[in-house]
Order: sequence, then C-alpha cells, then structure tokens
Amino acid sequence: MTPERTTPPQMTDLDPDSATDVERERTGAGDAGERAPGVRAGGRILGTSGEPSANGGADTERRTAMTVRLEQLRAFYGHSEQVKGIDLEFRANEVTAIIGPSGCGKSTMVRCINRMHEEIPGARAEGRVLLEDLDVYDPSVDVVAVRRAVGMVFQRPNPFPTMSIYDNVAAGPRLSSRRRGDLRAKVEAALRSAGLWDEVADRLDEPGAGLSGGQQQRLCIARSLAVDPEVILMDEPCSALDPVATLKIEELIEELKSRVTIVIVTHNMQQAARVADRTAFMLDGQLVEIGPTQEIFTKPRDPRTEEYVTGKFG
Amino acid sequence: MSASGATAPGGGDAGAHTLARFALSPARRRRDMLARGSILAATVIALVPLALIVYYLLRKGLSSWSVSFFTTDPTGNTFFGGSGIGGIKSAILGTIEIVALASAIAVPIGVCVAIWLVEYGRASWFAQTVRFFVDVLTGVPSIVFGLFVYIVLIVGTGSTYAGYKGSIALALLMLPIVIRSAEVVLVLVPSSLRESALALGAPRWRVIFSVVLPTAAPGMLTGVLLAVARAAGETAPLLFTAAATLNTTFDLGGFMNTLPVQIYKDVTSATTSVEHRAWGAALTLVLMVLLLNLIARLISRRSRLA
Repeated sequence: MTPERTTPPQMTDLDPDSATDVERERTGAGDAGERAPGVRAGGRILGTSGEPSANGGADTERRTAMTVRLEQLRAFYGHSEQVKGIDLEFRANEVTAIIGPSGCGKSTMVRCINRMHEEIPGARAEGRVLLEDLDVYDPSVDVVAVRRAVGMVFQRPNPFPTMSIYDNVAAGPRLSSRRRGDLRAKVEAALRSAGLWDEVADRLDEPGAGLSGGQQQRLCIARSLAVDPEVILMDEPCSALDPVATLKIEELIEELKSRVTIVIVTHNMQQAARVADRTAFMLDGQLVEIGPTQEIFTKPRDPRTEEYVTGKFG
Repeated sequence: MSASGATAPGGGDAGAHTLARFALSPARRRRDMLARGSILAATVIALVPLALIVYYLLRKGLSSWSVSFFTTDPTGNTFFGGSGIGGIKSAILGTIEIVALASAIAVPIGVCVAIWLVEYGRASWFAQTVRFFVDVLTGVPSIVFGLFVYIVLIVGTGSTYAGYKGSIALALLMLPIVIRSAEVVLVLVPSSLRESALALGAPRWRVIFSVVLPTAAPGMLTGVLLAVARAAGETAPLLFTAAATLNTTFDLGGFMNTLPVQIYKDVTSATTSVEHRAWGAALTLVLMVLLLNLIARLISRRSRLA
C-alpha cells in the first residue's frame, strides 16, 4: 500500500492540471489495491480460483498475510455471553497480544476467528469476522477453508500421539486434502520455519510425543505452518513451557510475522511486552483498549488497563 | 501459633511434645489391623470359588484331553464307553464360526454407533435415548436374545435352526458391549487432538479416521475382544437358534454345533464317559476365553490411552 500512497503527490506536483484525474486514478488504484487481497482471500476461501496476475505487481512478491477485523463480535456458551460486542483489528504481519484476567473471553474471542468456537456444544457467535473483506461467518463460506487460512496453536502442546514427527507435520496437508505438491519439501520447510529442523532432522520417524515440551510446541507450530496459513492464532502457547523453551517460541514468533499475522493470547505481560507490536486489553468480555504495546504498558489511556498492567488485579 | 497453643498445657520440652502428638496410638493401630485383615479376608473368600473352578476343570477336564478329543466329532457310540464316543472338533469349529460371524455383524455396527454417539450425537436427546436403550440392552438376559431370534427367524419364517441365526442372537448380545466399550475409549481421546486436527482445516470425517480412530484403536480392540469372549461362552442364545447337530460343518445356513451347547448336552447325558467329555469341553472353552482376555490385556497395555 505504501508505494501507491507516496507516488501520486509527486505526479500532482508535476502536472497540477490533471491533479483531479490523477487523484481519481490514485483513489481507484488505492481501492483496487485494497480490494485485491480481499478478492484473493475470497478466491481462496470460496474455492474459486483467484487469478494472481490480475492483481498486478503486488502479488509477484510473496503473498503477504491477511488483516483480520472483528466487527461487533459476540460469542455465547448457551445463554451466557462471553464476548460482548468487540470491534478490533489485527493488522497484517503484526503480532497482536491479547491480555486480560482469566475468564475475560480472550480465548473465546480468538477461537471465533477460525470458527473453532462453534465446535463446543451449545456455543455460537454473532457479528462479523473479516479476513481482509471476507466474512468468515458468511453462510457461503466453507469453515474448513477458513481454518486452512487461519492456523491455531494451543495452550498445551498436542502432537498427534499415533504419528511420527514427520507425519505430524505432514498431517496438515494430508488431512486437509489439498494438492500435496512435494510433501517432503513442505515438511522440511515447515520444520525449518519452526526452528526445529536441526533438532529432529535425523529422527523424523520417531513419535512426536517423544519430544520435549518446547519441541512439541514448535512441532505444533510447524504443523500449522505446513498448511500455509495467512494468520496464526496462539492461545497461551507458552503457558506449559519452561523459560528457555518460551524464549525460543518468542524468537520464532518474531521471525514468523514476516509471513503471517499473529494473534497471541497470553497471561504473561512480559511476554506481551517482548513479542507484540500492539496489545489489546480485555475485561469481562469487552475490549478496554488497544494500542502500541509500549503505550499500553507505559501510558495506558484507561485506568483499568493501568491497574491491570501494574498488577493491582487479575 | 497453634503449635505454641498446643505445647503450653503440656509444658516441658516442646520437641518431645510434638513427637508425642504424632505418635500412632495402640487403639488406632488395632483398628487399622482389623480393617486391613477384613479386606484381605474378603479378597481371599472371593478367590476361593475361582480357584475351585479352575482346580476341578483341570482335574476332570485334562484327563479327557487327547489328540482324538480335538480331531473327532462327538458322533461315536455312547453305549460302549471308552474313546469311541468322539471328541469336540465340531463344537470348537462351530463356536469359532458362529462367533466370527457374530463379530462381523456386531463390531462394525457397534463401532459406528459409538462414533456417532461421541462425535456427532454428543448430548442431543436422540443420543441420550440411544445410550439409555444400549444400557437396557446390556442388562437383557442372554436367553431373551435367543428367544427373540427364535420367534422372529425360526417361528416367524417357519424355518428351522441355522448357524447364522445363532450368530445373530450372539451379535445382539455383543452389540451393547461393543458400543459401550468403544464409546468409553472414544471419549478418552483428548478433545485437544480433535481440535488441533480441525484447526488444521481437516474435515470432520478425516479427523475421525486419521486422528481419533488410530488413537482409540487399541482400546476399542480390547472392548471388542471382551465382547467376543463373552459371546463365545454363551449357551442360552444358541440352544434354540443354531445347535442341533454333531457333525463338523462349515455351512452357517445349516445346523451347527458349539462348545457351550455341547457341554450342556453332555452334562445332561446319562453316560459317564460323555459327562467326562463335558469337562474336557469346558476346559477348552475356558482356555479359549482366557486366551482372548490375555490378548485384550496385552493390547490394552500397549495402548496410549490406558
């Protein structure tokens, strides 16, 4: 987006007469540019083949991650409302941390993004969750495709116990019945991205459950990377890990954000401060405030945020 | 705080007092011994009949065992005693055939019902109703299944006994056991595994086939083998559905002999040598069931969910 915004002013400087035309073109281009990823998203998710070249030069680079927007998102378990109307944007290629006391609806909100929330009996969600400009709750959307685009890493490392390290990573492409391509290369790439390749390259056939907790969690991250998602949701990914393993995961998050949008739920405020570009504070199912991590922790606008981050409650 | 309060009335050395407070009193020691003793006694009493059964089976059954006992049919002349009365080959083979067909009917259906209950039905009213009737079915006496098949497939169709009708009666008996045991194991599969597979973008059926079933397989196999063992020992459902022959047959559409029915008929016989054959057959049956149980144990020990 940035190049398009910087060029037109120069052109207007050169030719003031055609300023309006250029302006119009610029806006047009801007619109197209903004819509393009959405169209692409729609193409991927609705299963119609998107034509990459139609989107112009932007797509000759590696496909960038998607922005996720929540609009008046409400989530229920039976009659109890856990998420009470949240508007929030997770920007592409950023790490957004969600902090807040236990039971404030952080996990529930995140699970609405890839529609995992509805897997719980009696649970439902209202409002809109937009991947670029595609509403994942639109009736025409295939929930399975949403989950391919939005990966998830859970609180406890949960490699498939019956599968080897290799099969665990290969499980994504296999289970989601996508074009396999070179599976072996995919597995290696995913394990490398998760920083696990060097540790497991010589024992890919061993059971995934035999790894240490931190390795298992990185295996789970590799597993979700293997389906090539645009967004990765992490629900307290380090809460079951020791500090060294936690550090490795945090380094990994930093590396991954060039490829994916990351949303991380965490109880650990230092962790939020270390990894997140922006931090959102939730309380009682509502968003209290969101802002650059630095600001949330040093000069929050809302007194409740200040009380929470300074440890007065929660 | 409480320590100082406790030491004050006793006075003297605080350390010694603390030790006395933690000492086991003779009365408590006696009660402990009594309780332990009675529990042990109950265990021993429960073991007595089991040990006696095994003892009598071995003592009476082993003597009738011989090679011909396993290789001949019980078609011999019963009037002149000796080894001429024949063995139990047809009964062993008949039991295996009938139980195999019963398993082929009950296991796939039972596993499917369990999958539906756990993965789809969950807490819906229909699933609850199914669970209730499965429980009722578990409690139905085995002779009722035999009677049911007799009424429907023999009286109802105006035909006669057949091996496969015995299989159906046994399958009905096995079905609730298979369903319940498979359901228990499927519930044990951590929901986090299902969630992570779903979150990878796997359709639900693939999650079930590629993640849930492989994880649950050893436990489910244990349940299946226990159901098979149970069915193999049943007499009542077979009495008036399958067995009315002595010859070895591989035609499940015809009459068929089985171990439990053979035992039943031999025990009620007037001839001592035939009665003796019942002990040999009983020992054989017990060993077959024991073997199945052992296999089930071994598998469940290797299971990751056990």
